[in-house]
Formats: sequence, structure tokens, C-alpha cells
Amino acid sequence: MIELAAAVSGSHAGFLTPHIRYLAILPEIVMLGGAVVLLALGSLVQRNLRVGVATAATVAISLGALGCSLWQWADVRSHGPFTAVDHAVVVDGFSALVNILVSCAMVLTALVADGYLRREGGAGAELHVLAMVSATGAMVMGSANDLIVVFLGLEILSIALYVLAAFNHRRAASGEAALKYFILGSFSSAVFVYGIALVYGATGSTNLTQIADFLSKNVLSSNGLLLAGMTLLIVGFAFKVAAVPFHMWTPDVYQGSPSPITGFMAAVAKAGAFAAFLRVFISSFGLVRTDWQPVIYALAIVTLLVGAGLAVVQRDVKRMLAYSSINHAGFVLLGLEAATARGVSASLYYLFAYTFMVIGSFAVVTVLGRRGDAAHDISSYRGLARRQPLLALVFAVLLLAQAGAPFTTGLWAKLQVVLAAVHGAVPLAVVAMVSAAVAAFFYLRVAVLMYSPLPAEGEAPGVQPAAEEPVPLYARAGAVATEPAVPAEGAEPAVSTWGTVGGRPLWTGIERSVADIEHLNAGLLLDGDPLTLALAGDGGTATSESRLAAGALAVEPSGAAPGRERMLVDTTTTGAGGGTPGDYSGGGEGVAVDVAGVVSAGRAPVPVLTAVAVGLCLGVTVVLGFWPGPLTSFAHHATLLFLP
Amino acid sequence: MLHAVFLVPLFPLVGFVVLLAFGRRIGEPVAGWIGTLAVTGAFVSACITLAGLANQPAHARTLTCSDACGTGANAHSFFTWIAVDGLHITAAILLDPLSMTMCMFVTGVSMLIHLYSIGYMKGDRDFTKFFVYLNAFVFSMVVLVLANNLLVTFVGWEGVGVCSYWLVSFWFFRDSAASAGKKAFIYNRIGDVGFLLAVFLIFSKTGSLTYVTIFAHSHLLSGWSITAAVLLLFMAATGKSAQIPLFNWLPDAMEGPTPVSALIHAATMVTAGVYLMCRVNPLLALTHNAMWVIAIIGGLTAFVAATIASTQQDIKKALAFSTVSQIGYMVLAVGTGAYVAAIFLMVAHACYKGLLFLGAGSVIHGMETEQDMKRMGGLRRVMPWTFVTFLCAWLALAAVPPFSGFWAKGEILANVYAKSLPLYALALLTALFTSYYMSRIFFLTFTGKERWKDPAPDGRPAHHRPHESPWVMRAPLVVLAVLAVFAGAANLPWVHVGTLQNWLAPVFGHRLFDSHESAGLQVGLAVADGVVAVAAALAAWFLWRRTVDRPGLEPTFLQRVWYWDNLYDALIGRPGQLVARTYAVVVDGRIIDGAVNGAARLVRATGSGARRLQTGFVRNYVLGIALGLAAIIAFMLSRTWWS
Repeated sequence: MIELAAAVSGSHAGFLTPHIRYLAILPEIVMLGGAVVLLALGSLVQRNLRVGVATAATVAISLGALGCSLWQWADVRSHGPFTAVDHAVVVDGFSALVNILVSCAMVLTALVADGYLRREGGAGAELHVLAMVSATGAMVMGSANDLIVVFLGLEILSIALYVLAAFNHRRAASGEAALKYFILGSFSSAVFVYGIALVYGATGSTNLTQIADFLSKNVLSSNGLLLAGMTLLIVGFAFKVAAVPFHMWTPDVYQGSPSPITGFMAAVAKAGAFAAFLRVFISSFGLVRTDWQPVIYALAIVTLLVGAGLAVVQRDVKRMLAYSSINHAGFVLLGLEAATARGVSASLYYLFAYTFMVIGSFAVVTVLGRRGDAAHDISSYRGLARRQPLLALVFAVLLLAQAGAPFTTGLWAKLQVVLAAVHGAVPLAVVAMVSAAVAAFFYLRVAVLMYSPLPAEGEAPGVQPAAEEPVPLYARAGAVATEPAVPAEGAEPAVSTWGTVGGRPLWTGIERSVADIEHLNAGLLLDGDPLTLALAGDGGTATSESRLAAGALAVEPSGAAPGRERMLVDTTTTGAGGGTPGDYSGGGEGVAVDVAGVVSAGRAPVPVLTAVAVGLCLGVTVVLGFWPGPLTSFAHHATLLFLP
Repeated sequence: MLHAVFLVPLFPLVGFVVLLAFGRRIGEPVAGWIGTLAVTGAFVSACITLAGLANQPAHARTLTCSDACGTGANAHSFFTWIAVDGLHITAAILLDPLSMTMCMFVTGVSMLIHLYSIGYMKGDRDFTKFFVYLNAFVFSMVVLVLANNLLVTFVGWEGVGVCSYWLVSFWFFRDSAASAGKKAFIYNRIGDVGFLLAVFLIFSKTGSLTYVTIFAHSHLLSGWSITAAVLLLFMAATGKSAQIPLFNWLPDAMEGPTPVSALIHAATMVTAGVYLMCRVNPLLALTHNAMWVIAIIGGLTAFVAATIASTQQDIKKALAFSTVSQIGYMVLAVGTGAYVAAIFLMVAHACYKGLLFLGAGSVIHGMETEQDMKRMGGLRRVMPWTFVTFLCAWLALAAVPPFSGFWAKGEILANVYAKSLPLYALALLTALFTSYYMSRIFFLTFTGKERWKDPAPDGRPAHHRPHESPWVMRAPLVVLAVLAVFAGAANLPWVHVGTLQNWLAPVFGHRLFDSHESAGLQVGLAVADGVVAVAAALAAWFLWRRTVDRPGLEPTFLQRVWYWDNLYDALIGRPGQLVARTYAVVVDGRIIDGAVNGAARLVRATGSGARRLQTGFVRNYVLGIALGLAAIIAFMLSRTWWS
């Protein structure tokens, strides 16, 4: 092999395989090696590995990687940064911080994914393994000192993510998301590689240090090649961090992917891509910053505005959070645009704070998505505070943190990037703050909706229908039961149905049959509430009384139109009483109700591990929000120890 | 013994906290007794302090600390409140004969009125809350009086203001009470602006807010600044003490329960302005112009309010205008430099005016909330205790010799005579009105036909037989009546030892106005006072003993308070409302809301529009990337070519 290598290298008789200092890439090795071992174990055992085992292993591996990263941090603090593996990898404060961040995100994702897998009936270690591989890619991107290595990390990160996006093969949306992500990701990778080639052409190297060296020693008489190369690199990175106009995959993919993976994607992929983005452009192209700064400036502006503006009009919470993550990317770009030590430190701070906020938020979304991971319509959040006050409070705090409320890390993060930007680009800082104000709207909308009271009992309008008007489908059960609608002579015999839960109307809309119900008050359904379903015709009234139990209401996609799903109310346990109207076909079978929006039956169960993850995210967000010193100095030192 | 002064504010504070925390659980009668006990504690502490202070030699009766006093055993300081660079504020006490005198009558009268309130407020649904407020008021008042710097005084000043607000609108479910509370508060706030500006001005010139330091550095306040500072402080005093131009709130404040009217709006709080003026008398001495302004405002207020009081039909309103008029006398005295006379009248007034209100309250209580004097009459037979005590107060306020009012007012008149003859004429005319309106009130209420037996002209039914009040209400009446009769003894003109004059002189020193009148002139002036008082009382007797309808003597102009409220309404109220409405509708509604809603609509519209770009087709997404790439490339190349 060595001879062959020597032959290939031709005149360079002294070609040597680089000396690999394994300690320098220890976190990556632990994470990737652990993933491989776990995968091997999973395929060796007879049956699928149990979810709990996989989670435990993943958490252990990630904590190991976290330990290694912390050790690296300590090492760098005491001995200073260095490069390794033939200068292709760098170990400095920056890389250590990214490694720590990714390891933390991996731990949290494993905890959230555990509950998700159990709920959705998944088994095996695939999800965990793929996530760890992806995390390794992000770590590689953070430590890369060579454009080729950056690309390597990017691909490791992305390919695993493509698969993860498709993980829920039962949902068509999941597959669609993965395919879109894959095609667009491949496209952007191609752009990125072309960018590397052009930069190599312009500077004669792919090594970040050498590129910087070259640019400092030479003045390019014609820099077209370099500019084109930088542009392509920017596009490649901008795609990964979801900057406008390269963001269009984001809402679809975020919405379609399994919710824990969406959180992981939003945190880790963004962190890894931004790490490489910052390193490449600050350390290598720092000297020609006047060339690329205007581009980042423009990208930041459109990213901030489009992210915030489009989030406002979303009805799906995952889609809304996708646009919100685009908005966040715009904020991180502020730090890059500043191209100063302060800017880098602010961006790192932002990424760190953002990771915990976004994973926590998506963990809550995962829980509230319920079985099938489908209940993401914003209306299903109404009245959450009454059903699950603690969960609602936690989610509200995380959302407020994302909005940049005081006493959370969100405020300090936004403050830091804006302060970094305001030194050179005041209009940009202003746009950022305006977008933050717009963003506050949609975060608060969800928060307010969660605390909005349900329609009070007795508020149901007791409509006395005129003869020729359609019979109201809902009314208070008692009212209708005592006064059955009597149609005018000659009119079609009207059939009215109603359902109440705990005295409140279950659905709204004025229709004649159960199948045509317009909208169901999904937020009303609580475990154990008394449920009354009734059908009144000229023959009399049939009512059935039961109590809601978790599982009594099931949701399945009706396939008719997007957003319309079918709710099955299982009435088998209920006894029909009263009269016997002819066309009441219920009695023992499920009554199918078409609903716009999604049904939530009672409380969404919160798995313990998810609760732990959310608690950790909340803890970091709030504690470091009250006490921002440590994180600030962490980001500051990471930047000080930034090579070069 | 002197350290008992610390207990004076602490007792009502403890009472306030206890009642606030546990009042609801303690319940009706006991909560009132706790409140009374707390104030009694304060009064006893004040007595002990007085004994201690009287033992000191005359020149050593001022106990205070300067800017940076600690909190040691001998410093009269509770704690350091603010310590910022040059500004050093301690919550400290300034104990001297002036604040001691104030403390004595504030706590004493408060104690009696607390006791009275137990009977008066019996059965009120917010009985406990009433005592919470009352104790808070006493605490604030004591803080105001004992503070050793302007800022702490201001805390007390605002404290009594807010307590007054709460208590005036105590029965807030009545619209009139709620708006009267607001009126009182807003008028006071207008005055408070003056207080704050004065504080800023004084601090900017002297660099301190502590009284002793300010007085020591008063030469730094020169020319316009001293006049401005004094007039700004006086503006605050006109608000708190209901002087022209801010006097209209006080009659409305009678919407509060009668003990409140007696305590806050007659005896104590409304005299705070006069106290403040006396407190800063070294500053007043430096500006003759401001002194003249004060004297004229006082004289005018006394006269205007006395004329209005002569025509009122509501017993409490008439008494309220009488209060305004009496405080006008005090301000007039301050303006002439006769501080001791002002304080003398303040003490005497606290006794007899408190008594008058309590008597009126007893009448109102007995007649079940009837306040119209024209529906009273002949009450002397059914309410003998109230009658006798009210009689004493009447004679005292009317300045009939030898009751206390005669001595107190006589001293003021003598000083004013020496200062300015026109002002003396005005004051003497006011004295005539004073005796007249007071006698009118007395005769209408207690003598003549028993009009309460008949149905009212407007169709309200006749009253049941009024009843005398319970002993908790009668006891304070008796005590105050004794004081009202004999309070004059505190400062008899021909006695020179142990008088208020001697006691207070060290506080004012040479700044005290000395009239240098010969004994004969003094006697002459006193005779004039007495004759005027008696003549007016007799006139009232002839006019009002039998008849109640004398429209000629009750001109609308006076009944409507010289159209003062209408004037403010037209000059300030309506334009203010117009401006506010303009701002609410145009600026806030259209411009600000319009901008906000417009921005929101813009975002939403843009979002909805931009949403269409999100087609869901991968080919469009790739197109987006390609276009973005092309745009950046074009930009980059354009820069290359430009450069």
C-alpha cells in the first residue's frame, strides 16, 4: 500500500500517511464507534433491541463523548489549541464547544426519542444509531480544518439525517420529507463541492490555514474564481443552516420528520453547519471579508424577515417552529456578518442557547403530537393549560425564551448578536429587532392559546331553530332532549344530532348528519369526562351516555384532504337509551366524525425520560437566563481559543 | 425617655400590619379595639417623649442628626435609606418642640377618633379595612411630622394622601364617593408636583435634603431660587391644606365616613401644609415676596371659604368650608411670620373642629345618614350629649370669649394688624362670617322646630325619632369638648411662663414675627374680636332661630362655591378631556394602533402572499436555490467589475 501511495504521489517521494493523533478526535471516535458497536449489537441479537436498552446505550455513549469534549476543553484551556491529522483537524475552544453542544443535544434527543419510539411502537436501535452518526458529522464539521473534511462532515451529517427524516414509514409525509431533503441536499452538496474546487483553484489549497496564509501573502489580481468559490460555499452552508432563499426545504422537512428528529435536526444540523460556516469564513476568508460580508448581510435580512413573517401565517405548530428556526438562523448570521471575535462569540452563544430551547420545544411538540405524531394543528393547543398545566407552563417558557423574553437565555442570545451587529451594521440590527418583535407574535399566540379558556359551560347558545332553518347540530343536551325540533309540515323530517362532553358542545356547525360536522372542539375532550352522543329525529331521541377514556377517541387520516382526519368515537361500551329513531345507525358501532384539525383525547401522556429532557432544557434556559455569566464566558473563551 | 419617640410611628405601623394580615379573621369589634390600642400606644409614647423633652434645657430641645448620621444608640435614625454619592438619606427623626406639639395632638385626636369610629362604623361591611386605613394614616402622618429630611417628609406626605384617597372613597360603590376620592387625590397630586420640584431645586442648590443641613446652607439658595423653592413648597401646601387655588377637593372629600372627615379632613392631614411651612421657616425668612403671597392667599382663602360656608345646607359641607377658612387663617399667620399663632390655632382647631365633625357624625348617625340641616332642628332635646358638646365647639370656633378659638384667632388677628391693615380688615370680616355661619349651623341643627318629623319637600318620608349615640362615640365628644373650651389656656397673652409661645420659640428664634403692640392696643383688638363674634352670633340667632328659608341669604353664587368648580371645569376639565379624547381616538386609535395593526396586517398579508411560493414541489425549491445562487454570483461579479 505504501509503495502504491508513493507511486501515485509521483515526485513526492516522502508521502506519508498522516500521523493520526487519536486523542484529538476522541469525541468523534467515541460517538461514531459507539454507534457502530450499538448497530452491530442490534443486528447480533435475535430479536430487535429493546428501545430502553438502545436509549441507555446512546445516552451512555453521548455522555462519554461529552466527557471527552469537556476534557478537550480543559486541555485546550491549559495547553492551547493545536491541529492534528496533517492539519486537517483542529482542536481549539471553538471545536470543543461545538462538540460539547452536539453531545448534549444527542443526550437530549435520545431521551426524547425513547418516549416517541415506545409510543409509536418502534423497536431496535436504528434511530439512535443514525442520530449518533449524524451527530458525529456535526462534530467533524466543528473540528474540520480542511474544506474536504468539512464536506466529509457535512455528508456524514446529512445522509444520516435523510434516513432519519423518513423514519416514520407509516406516515407518507415522513417519506416525502426525506425525499425532498435528499434531493435538495444532494443538489446543495454538489454546489458546495464545486465551491471547494473553485477555492482550491484560486488559492491552491483546501486547508483552511493555508488558504488564510495564501490570502494574507498574495493579492489576487483577478479574484473572480475566489469570489465564485466563496459564493458556492455560502450557498452550500446557507442551505444547511436554512437561510433564505435556500430554506424552502425546511418547513416541509421539519413538518414531515418525526418530531424528535425535527428537534435534533434543528439543533445539531444547524450547529454543525454554522460551526463550519463560521470557521471557514472567519478564519480562512477573514481577510477578504469585505467581499462576502454584503452577501451575508443580505442573507441575514431576508432570513430574519421571511422566517418571522411566514411563521405568523402557519397553522401547524411544527411548520411554525420550522420558520422560527429560519428566523433564528438569521440571528446567528448577524454574528457571522460582524466577522469579529465578538460576533463569533455571540453566534456560539446563540447556538448554545438555541439548541436547548429548540430541543425542549420539539420534545413538548412530540408529546402533544400524540400517537401518530399528527396532532400539530395549533387549535389542538387550546386550553392545554387546563389539561396539563405543567406542560403548558414549560412550553410557554420555552416559547418565550425563543422570543427572547427576559430571564431566559433567549434574551441574552439575541442581545449578544444584536450588540455584535450594531457596531458595523446598524440597519441589520434594527431589522433583527423588528423581526424579533414579529416573531414574538407567533410565539405568544401559541402561549396565549394554551392559556385560553375553553368555552364555558352553558355558553352554548340554546338556539331555537326556525322551521325552515337547518337544525342546529349542537345544543345543550338537556334543551334539545326536552324540546325536540319539530319540523314544519311538508319539510323533510329533520334529524339532529348532538354530542356534549361534560355539558359543553362537542362540535360546532349547523348540519343535518353526523358525517357533515364542520368542526370539532377537540380541545374539549378530557379523560373521564361524561360523553353524551345523541340523535334526534321525528321518531324520538336516542342518547348514549358514557365516559371518555383515553383511547375511546382515535384519529386516523381520512385521506380526503390535507388537514382533515377522521375521528372514531368508540361507542361500543355505551348503551343507547330513549327512543329509536330510524336512521340512527350507531348503537354498538363507531360513529365516524370528520374533523378539521385534530382530536386530542384527554391528557397526552408524558414519558419520564422526555420529562427529564424537557426539564434539562428548561433548566439550562432559565438558570443560565438568570445567571448568564458562565455561558457568556464559555462562548468568549471558546472564541479566544479560536485558531487562528 | 426621649427614645420613646421611636415608638410613636412604630405603634400604628404594627397595628396596620397586624390588621392587614389578620384583620379579616379578627373580626368586627376587636379589630377596632386593636387599632385604637395601637394609636393609644403612640399617644402614650408621645407623652413620655414630651416629658423627656420638657426636661431638657430650652436650647437643647432639638434632637436630630445631620446628613451622615449612623444608626447608633444616640442617633435618632432608623436606618440609612439612600446612600448614593452625595445624596445621603436616612430614615431619621427630627424631634423638636414643633414636631413634638404636632405629634401630641395628632396622636391624641387620632386616638379619640379611633375610639369614636368603633361606634360609628359598627356593622359596616368593611369595618376592619377602615381601621387598617386609619392606622396607616396615623403612621404616615407621624412620619410626615417626625421626618428629618424633605424626602422622608414626602413619604409621609404621599402616605397621608393615599390614605385620604382610600378613606374618602371608602364607600366606593357610591359614584359620588369614588369620584370625590379621585378629585382629592388629583388635587393633591397637583400640589405634590410642587413639592417634588422644590425638593429637586433645593437639592441642586444645597446638595442636601436634611432640614438642618438645608438651613445651614440656605445662603446657597439665593434670589429667585429661594422664592421659587418656597412658593413650590407652598403650592404643595395649598394642595394638602386646601387653599386657593386647590381648595375645592375638601368639600367633596366629605363623602368619606364622618370620622375620616374629622380626623383627616379637619384635624390633622389638612394642617400638614401649614406644618410644612412652619418646618421650613428659615427658608421663608429669606424671601419677603413669597411671605406676602402666602399671607394674601391665606387671607383670601379664609374669606372666600367663610362666605361659602354661610350658605351651605349640608352640615358636613358647611363644616368643610369652615375648615378651609380656618386653615386660611393659619396660612395667613404663617405669611405674617406668626408661626406660633398658626400652631396655636392649629391645635385649638384640631380640638374644636374634630369635635364639630364628631358631633355632626353623631347627628348623622342618630338621624340615619341625614346630612341636610334643613331637615334637622330641635335636636337638643333628643341628643343632649351631642348638643352640649357641639355648643362648646360652636362657641370655640365662633371665637366667643373665653373659649379657645377666641385666644387663638385673636393672636393671629393681632399679628396681622401689625403686619398689614388691609389684611387685618379682611381677616376681621372673615371673623364676622365665621361666627355667623357657625351659629347658623348650630341653630339650624339643634334649635327651632323639629323638622325631621315632617316629610321632606322633595317627598322623602319623615325620619324616625333620632337617638343619642353610644358611649364609645360620646366619650371622645366629651374629652374634645373639654379641650375645645380650655385649649386657649395653652397660650394666654398675658402669661409668659410655660406657654406655647415659650415652648415653640426656640424653633423659630428671631424669625418669629414680633408685633410690639402696646397692651392697650392688644386689649382693643381683643375687644373688637369679641364684639364681632358675639354680634354675628346674635345676628344668626335672629335670622335662623325660627326660619329655615331665607333665599336672600343663600345666593346661588355662594352656594355654588363662587363657580369655582365650573371655572376649572371650563378651563381645565373640558379642554383636558378634549385633548385626551383626541389622543385616545386619533393619536392612539388611528396613528399608533393603526401603525401597529397595519404592520401586523402587512406582515400577515406578506406572509400569506409569500406562502404561495412554498408550493411543495421540489423543482420550485431547486429553482429558488438556483435563483439565489445566481443573484449572489451576479452581485459578486458586479462588485468585481465595479472595482
